[in-house]
Amino acid sequence: MYSNQEDAKTIGRRWFLEQCGVGLGAAALTSLCADASTNPLAPKQPHHAAKAKRVIYLFMAGAPSHLEMFDYKPQLAKFDGTLPPADLLKGYRAAFINPNSKLLGPKFKFAKHGQNGAELSELLPHLATVVDDIAILKGMQTDAFNHAPAQILMNTGSQQFGRPSMGAWSTYGLGAETQDLPAFVVFSSGKKGPSGGNSCWGSGFLPTVHQGVQFRGSGDPVLYLSNPKGVDAELQRDSLDAVQKLNQMRLDTVGDPEIATRISSFEMAYRMQTSAPELMDISKEPKHVLEMYGAEPGKPSFANNCLLARRLVERGVRFVQLFHEAWDQHGSLVKDIKINCQDTDQACAALVKDLKQRGMLEDTLVIWGGEFGRTPMVQGGSDGRDHHPNAFTMWLAGGGVKPGMVMGESDELGFNVVKEKVHVHDLHATILHLLGFDHTKLTYKFQGRNYRLTDVAGEIVQQMLA
Amino acid sequence: MLKRFLTWAGFLGSLWAQAPVDFIRDIQPVFEKSCLSCHGSKLQMGGLRLDSSVLAAKSIQAGNAADSTLFQRVAGIGEQARMPMGGKPLNPVQIAAIKAWITEGAKWPEAASAKTAEIKKHWAYIAPVRPALPAVSKKDWVRNPVDRFVLARLDQESLTPSPEADKVTLLRRASLDLIGLPPTPAEVDSFLADKSKNAYEKQIDRLLKSPHYGERWGRHWLDVARYADSDGFEKDKQRSVWFYRDYVINALNRDLPYNQFLVEQLAGDLLPNATQDQMVATGFLRNSMINEEGGVDPEQFRMEAMFDRMDAIGKSMLGLTIGCAQCHNHKFDPLQQEEYYRMFAFLNNTHESNLSVYSPADQQKRAEIFRKTREIEAELRHRSPDWAERMVRWEGTVKNDQPEWQVIRPEVDDISTGGQKYALMPDGSFLAAGYAPTKHTAKFTVKTDLKRVGGFRLELLNDPNLPQNGPGRSTKGTGALTEFTVEARASQSKDKTQAVKIVRASADVNLPEKELDAAYFDKTKKRRVTGPIEFAIDGKDETAWGMDSGPGRRNVPRKAVFVPEVPVENEGGSELTIYLSQKAGGWNSDDNQNHNLGRMRLSVTAAVDPKADPLPANVRQILSVNAAQRSPAQTAVLFSYWRTTIPEWKASNDEIDTLWAAHPEGSSQLILSQRNEMRRTNILMRGDFLTPLKAVEPGVPSYLNPLPKSDGAPDRLTFARWIADRNAPTTARAVVNRTWQQYFGTGIVATSEDLGKQADTPSHAELLDWLAVDFMEQGWSMKKLHKSIVTSATYRQSSNVSAELLAKDPYNRLLARGSRIRVEGEIVRDITLAASGLLNETVGGPSVYAPAPEFIFQPPVSYGPKIWNEEKGAARYRRALYTFRYRSVPYPMLQNFDTPNGDVSCVRRSRSNTPLQALTTLNEPLFLEAARALAAKTLAEGGKTDESKLRFVVRRCIARDPNDGESATLLRLLAKQRNRYEAGGLSAAELVEGTTSAHPKELAAWTTVARVLLNLDETITKE
Repeated sequence: MYSNQEDAKTIGRRWFLEQCGVGLGAAALTSLCADASTNPLAPKQPHHAAKAKRVIYLFMAGAPSHLEMFDYKPQLAKFDGTLPPADLLKGYRAAFINPNSKLLGPKFKFAKHGQNGAELSELLPHLATVVDDIAILKGMQTDAFNHAPAQILMNTGSQQFGRPSMGAWSTYGLGAETQDLPAFVVFSSGKKGPSGGNSCWGSGFLPTVHQGVQFRGSGDPVLYLSNPKGVDAELQRDSLDAVQKLNQMRLDTVGDPEIATRISSFEMAYRMQTSAPELMDISKEPKHVLEMYGAEPGKPSFANNCLLARRLVERGVRFVQLFHEAWDQHGSLVKDIKINCQDTDQACAALVKDLKQRGMLEDTLVIWGGEFGRTPMVQGGSDGRDHHPNAFTMWLAGGGVKPGMVMGESDELGFNVVKEKVHVHDLHATILHLLGFDHTKLTYKFQGRNYRLTDVAGEIVQQMLA
Repeated sequence: MLKRFLTWAGFLGSLWAQAPVDFIRDIQPVFEKSCLSCHGSKLQMGGLRLDSSVLAAKSIQAGNAADSTLFQRVAGIGEQARMPMGGKPLNPVQIAAIKAWITEGAKWPEAASAKTAEIKKHWAYIAPVRPALPAVSKKDWVRNPVDRFVLARLDQESLTPSPEADKVTLLRRASLDLIGLPPTPAEVDSFLADKSKNAYEKQIDRLLKSPHYGERWGRHWLDVARYADSDGFEKDKQRSVWFYRDYVINALNRDLPYNQFLVEQLAGDLLPNATQDQMVATGFLRNSMINEEGGVDPEQFRMEAMFDRMDAIGKSMLGLTIGCAQCHNHKFDPLQQEEYYRMFAFLNNTHESNLSVYSPADQQKRAEIFRKTREIEAELRHRSPDWAERMVRWEGTVKNDQPEWQVIRPEVDDISTGGQKYALMPDGSFLAAGYAPTKHTAKFTVKTDLKRVGGFRLELLNDPNLPQNGPGRSTKGTGALTEFTVEARASQSKDKTQAVKIVRASADVNLPEKELDAAYFDKTKKRRVTGPIEFAIDGKDETAWGMDSGPGRRNVPRKAVFVPEVPVENEGGSELTIYLSQKAGGWNSDDNQNHNLGRMRLSVTAAVDPKADPLPANVRQILSVNAAQRSPAQTAVLFSYWRTTIPEWKASNDEIDTLWAAHPEGSSQLILSQRNEMRRTNILMRGDFLTPLKAVEPGVPSYLNPLPKSDGAPDRLTFARWIADRNAPTTARAVVNRTWQQYFGTGIVATSEDLGKQADTPSHAELLDWLAVDFMEQGWSMKKLHKSIVTSATYRQSSNVSAELLAKDPYNRLLARGSRIRVEGEIVRDITLAASGLLNETVGGPSVYAPAPEFIFQPPVSYGPKIWNEEKGAARYRRALYTFRYRSVPYPMLQNFDTPNGDVSCVRRSRSNTPLQALTTLNEPLFLEAARALAAKTLAEGGKTDESKLRFVVRRCIARDPNDGESATLLRLLAKQRNRYEAGGLSAAELVEGTTSAHPKELAAWTTVARVLLNLDETITKE
């Protein structure tokens, strides 16, 4: 693994000089350079054989309540309306509430599903049908309890801004399998954008080519993808040919290989103009697939984005991240979490099913989760929960994760993890492991030291591995 | 702890049975395998070397393993991290061997020890001295000392410099480098025509005098200063900081010495008689992000901002990575964690303030108001010679007319929306901070011993941490009180609290009824107003007591008194619950729409039917000073108030009010101001503000220059002067290195953010020192530094490169050629605008909303809806550095060209070359608009023939003439487009929509040509 961008370029340029020579015809040059190491996104081998070749991360921004969805606590129901034990609250900081607030019992019914009898609430009827294909982690834990810092931590391994996101690390380590689409694609749906903003998918100190590219479910999927008004396909091609020809002439004169890269960037852009709209057109999907997801062509939704995520990874996109922000239920918990689950449950389950049916689940890692959990204590009257970092639930599927597994346990109130704790850094270490990396060795030198996604922490969760 | 240690140590002892320990057999292999990569000849983390007995000695107490840090650290005893750091712990046998070896006296055979007795000080920690100029092969090539160093290195490598670039290339290069704009064809012609020997130098002088110089180099500093127009984090609200941006531009344009530039940005507020500019300069430190999402602990994010400031100072000013020491001693550099927090302590005594700032014209207006007010007042005194006696009589009547008030210190709770936090201040007031809900009710509960409560007083106070000094939290520092209600019950009672009926209210400000500003629109159709204090007791949510008495006079303390119908009387005292309803804000709590009270204090009195003291707090304060001891300024303040109470002076009072009504609104700017009371600074365990370890005093790292002398105790100004000191080893090196980087693509030290031990080896170490010393000796003049570089023969080389040279030196570190670099994102846009003739060259002013797709500023792309009123007029075409910058939603065109978003300090941009860039220049609307405008300009000014037009349009983009091959290609494209438009195969009207050309087809055909040219690699590249 090369330690920085300059090294990558050196290799690329050397290759360019040896293989391409200077002064090749434009056509030959583009075909030669498009797939070669002049491109920092050219495919690369990880440290060991990867189980997961690509990732779809369903980020439930705002932080869903583990207590209403995954982590059934009969004791919490029993102690509903009473104050939590004082020693539990020692040193505990809450965002909004006085920590010494009354306990609030779970608001939904739970039942056992699948062969291992995983408990899920009635909010997740669709997920229940694939529960044997997913691994549920009930012992998640994080350090931050405000949205933006916690989202940044979950995505970049640090609460401080300026670090690369997981998607950026993935494409930095693995490159891209397609040159026709961005390697790291991001969608947003729901009521709001993610609190962490652009930095949730930023490249941090990695070269900017690794940052996530935002796609939109309708209109131009990528900004500036369509030709401007008055420019038809022929004019675009003619213009491009002229640009390329002039660039080639300049390359012949001045010899700067950066011009060769520019030539190939323009060709890739041109190809993206065709491939991206084709990709976004879900109307060609069979009816039963659309129905399975609950997707409706032309109507942007989380469901559409899930289907698009599948189409993207099919076409070689390395990392797709869907942000759905609406889970911050300080109040109106019952009503709003129901809406959220209606908007997402079916599509999440469909994605797992669909990937499995296509034989892609094996090497596609699906991750579902928010930035933290919710308090067992009530906020407001009787219908809300505050932010809670000590214990929450996530699930993963495919990509070398043991299917049908439930791991980790919180205490009787769902307050602290008591068994098989998985910290954010551990999750990151495990995800990188599945992608073929030793998380301590996927590094980038910056500011005089080697940085990594897991910083100075992270243990691989062996138990999760298939 | 001790018990665990004893057991563990005992256990280890038992593991090592075979005595005695042999260093070479038992210990050295362990060091070699597990320790020397960090504590060996190459690296000496923490100053420790375990291949030398002398340099290992500090970690070993022979005979006493328990007290030896070597043993403690490998055994994982004590609070510090276990060694090997980040690696597998040694196995118990190895640990036991080390223990036994130390216990037996730590015998270390001389032959097995490296001979180095001291650790060499890293070059960057020694202040630079001017090196001698090296001997070189081709003296005639050398134009200035820079070239001597470069050529000496080329000589070593047996390389020869490239020939000088042609004049057109050179002028375009220098223009892009110095002002970030391409030369106009007229400038090119004038340079070509100038055959004088110093023709080039004249151009350089012209460019350095251009106001655009400050814009181009200012943008680089703004990267370093992590400038952005929004707060960052979730809310990412707009902030007003463009005065700081303009300060940077102006400082560079007037060539403010760099050392002074640094001092002003770190401590401008502490300079004697600080000017507005010097206050604004402290915005550098305030460029940190602010998190006001619901539920934050304001102190946590103040600390985050402090860490960010340290990081920015480290990277940008010191050129050193210091952030590591936030959590632990620096692994590679000698920086100790304690030293980090000692530097931190210099910065830790500030208020996060927000100042009203005024343009020069506004400042004049203000001066005029002050002057005329003084004249009118002088005139009043002149007309009433007995004014002094009258004022004394008045003083006697008001001096003791206030009842006794008892400040109450309640528990406070936000009951409706929650999330706003309150800090209890020493005077019993509460300072609101963090999240600012736009509609909420704050609830205060308190017990009072007073048997009878006859009135309640609410004071609203100024605070340097509130916008414009408060007393409210709106962007203007104002607030509004919708309703004041009280409930009470007897102190020990379990009864339900009873509402206390408030029947009268008075206040020291009662403004006429006025509709709320548009900023507070709440999406209802209700008519919402502010007005006199009665509005706070009328039971209506649409009316509130307002206090905005206009610019220049609104940011003063206020008070209101509320009187119950029947006094609250309880023999054993009462429990009071006071509700401050504040509902005069807008609909969106994620934006700057709050209208909240900022710092408030509650009091109660036993007096019956009390009234609000009409005297302002500052007047009351002056009255408490003995008349004989009052300063003339204090007397003047007193007079200014007193005159308003004299009925027969109404005309003059009105005249003054009219003057003040014309007071300019000004702008605001985030700045720092000094706290009177020092904050205690602690070393924080792993940087966690909740885990302080030990208090530290301000100080600087021992391996850098000593603190300069200061008049009192060293403060932030001393710290600033320390950084800007002639003996500071890295300050000048860091800035000359970064400047070099901007010209040549890579710094002399490639890792420009870090000159420390982990830095890349300098390509020309002596040149770096020569430049640094020369820079300081030339008065820290940036312009002189630029001139040395751009007039060198090194800079003037052609950037054409042969395959051989490229293979030998792919990154041009040796500088056997000029550097060919794609310009920065802002300049990509500026070139396009300049070429098209659209560029609006206005320097400075508020940031602008350049064309951008509206949806990116709305959910679900953006967390909340953001303001983006796309400019319609000439402001569309301002230089890209004036584009409004939201941190969480960066401007797409700039983001695609690697412009950083200001989250953290950036001293070295990434430079990518991507398909998204191609899509941007091909299809982004403003690029097309520019292509159209360039085509129109070409048709209007490019002469009669296609050839002359082509020459015109090419020169506007790349300065040079097209060659035959290029002309042929472009003319072919032109011909084909004309044919298509003529044949009706393509609609010209669509491409030139919005223009009023008489020849739309011709305009469209040329637009195509212009678009191709604006997309060329060469157009956006400095060759």
